Amino acid sequence: MHEISYQQAIIEAMVEEMRRDEAVVLMGEDVGTFGGLTGTTVGIIEEFGDTRVLEMPISECGFVGASVGAALKGVRPIVELGLADVSLVAMDQLVNSAAKMNYFHDGVASASAVYRLWSGFRPSGGAQMSQSNEAMFAHVPGLKVVMPSTPRDVKGLLKAAIRDDNPVIFFEPKGCYALLGEVPEDDEVIPLGQAQVKCSGADVSVIATGVMVGKALTVAKKLAAEGIEVEVVDPRTLRPLDTETLVASACKTGRVVLAQEASQFCGYCAEIAALLADQAFDSLKAPIKRVGGAETPVPLSPRMEPLVVPGEAAIEAAIHSVLG
Amino acid sequence: MPARKRTSLALSNKQLLRLYEDMSMLRAFDEKVSERCIRGEIPGLIHLGVGEEAVAVGVNAALQPQDKMVSTHRAHSHFLARGADPKAFMAELYGKATGCCGGKAGSMHLADPEIGFLAANGVVGGGLPLAVGAALGQRILKGDWVTLCFFGDGANNNGAFHESLNLAAVWELPVVFLCENNGYGISQSIHKQQRVANVADRAPAYGIPAEIIDGNDVLEVYETVRRAVDKARSGGGPILIEAKTYRTTGHYVGDSESYRSKGEVAKWQAKDPIVRFEKVLRRKKLLSTALKVEIEARITALVEEATDFAMQSPAPDPAAALTHVYCEGGA
Repeated sequence: MHEISYQQAIIEAMVEEMRRDEAVVLMGEDVGTFGGLTGTTVGIIEEFGDTRVLEMPISECGFVGASVGAALKGVRPIVELGLADVSLVAMDQLVNSAAKMNYFHDGVASASAVYRLWSGFRPSGGAQMSQSNEAMFAHVPGLKVVMPSTPRDVKGLLKAAIRDDNPVIFFEPKGCYALLGEVPEDDEVIPLGQAQVKCSGADVSVIATGVMVGKALTVAKKLAAEGIEVEVVDPRTLRPLDTETLVASACKTGRVVLAQEASQFCGYCAEIAALLADQAFDSLKAPIKRVGGAETPVPLSPRMEPLVVPGEAAIEAAIHSVLG
Repeated sequence: MPARKRTSLALSNKQLLRLYEDMSMLRAFDEKVSERCIRGEIPGLIHLGVGEEAVAVGVNAALQPQDKMVSTHRAHSHFLARGADPKAFMAELYGKATGCCGGKAGSMHLADPEIGFLAANGVVGGGLPLAVGAALGQRILKGDWVTLCFFGDGANNNGAFHESLNLAAVWELPVVFLCENNGYGISQSIHKQQRVANVADRAPAYGIPAEIIDGNDVLEVYETVRRAVDKARSGGGPILIEAKTYRTTGHYVGDSESYRSKGEVAKWQAKDPIVRFEKVLRRKKLLSTALKVEIEARITALVEEATDFAMQSPAPDPAAALTHVYCEGGA
């Protein structure tokens, strides 16, 4: 094990996969010597050259479509889209092309590619650079959607995403980038579709995604001192969803809080709430509570942030609410 | 437009007759599709390529087996010309289990990797970036294919068109952009949709050479595309070819065609690519009436066989709709 940041774990995953398989290429804006908007492509062009690190013009629809065409021919592109907000420019190619290729071909060919999206809130990022739009993609059959919350998870899941034969939308919450954590030295591949219980507890389940996982763990630690046992579960992969682990936790505690950074209406947690209402109904002792962003675009002013971005206090309040 | 050179690209008599037979086959196939669609046997939205056969056949004659093709919503003629099995194709249009895509794709989403037919596309302009990607794949994987990208005049005001031309130019990719300019985006005349007279006028802005050709002259299509493909294959980069043509049937089967005059259609019917090429072959004494009858009989049998096959094929198991949403492979 060695301790690295979430950001460094992404670099390691990509470099190791590019060494393992020559068909893996990196595409995106400023991914060359600049090192990427996200700082996660530092040093990659130096090792692999410009035949495998392809710098793109600001032309997201064009190069996302090109990644699909190249994938159909056997290339395995990692496409760094930078801000998740920008992915919307390429939505046609992601939803109408990438997601449907395997189906149109009736299983004969598919578009194996990873689309890396730097998502969510950052201080004063503003409304077009702070969105967490995972629910839009999780809605689409044919896409897989991943949102890791720790350095170890992001490395193992990115490796799995690169090796997967389907298009994978890979969310990297900005709030996770600086997190430090232990990551194994060996080639750990974490299969897509497996949730993880991040801390075990008997009184209430907090099912949280992305940056909310860390916040939930902080709250769990605080409440443990008050004698409340909080179980924190991270789905890690949003589609396909590990329903078994989530339902088991809800049945065990009987009280559920769902937490996401994105605005709440039609958000990803609504899907989990529906799942638990269907499969854990008889075990529930209280209504399911959701924690999420406000129903507004994200404002610029730091003074407005606390009202719009969900924090630990909101999780704690929701826990007290379901405990009655 | 540069002067045409015929010499080095000359086709054998056998190949010339093949062009004629292929065009006639495409016409007969689509006329059958139209008939069966009106009858209610073929479901969905059907876009015919009637009147535009010279483009598909001329283009395919210029391609090698390893080359890739990306198509549009008006894909029938491209798919057949490229070598699709008429039986599996007709069955796909019928939505049958024996269809080339299991009845999941239909007219607008045809795909067959075996013949290098990457994808048709229901979204106008959506195919161009895919073609750029297939060409990029050739570069990355050190393949030997050229990618031929069909698109219509309707796509050239879409951002995907502009992004694709720019990317192909910047990377000097082996891709030939082939515009079938049939003058209409559904009901809108091209002249109401853009100020430049030709789609080809856009290409120089991206540093891409362009040619404008008579899309109803199969030999002109073949020769121009052949030169373009040869150039692309030898590292000469992308090119745009605009083939001026016309669909003499509606945008889709059932189109009222209220947006154009019968006179305009008649003017283009007089330039029918098959009739024109028949005259060329007769002048060369390659096509006799007896041979024409023989060819027509062959085509009729082929189309009937395909239609019977489609009719008699089983419908897919409804549960098949739930398969192949995801690929099973990978981690």
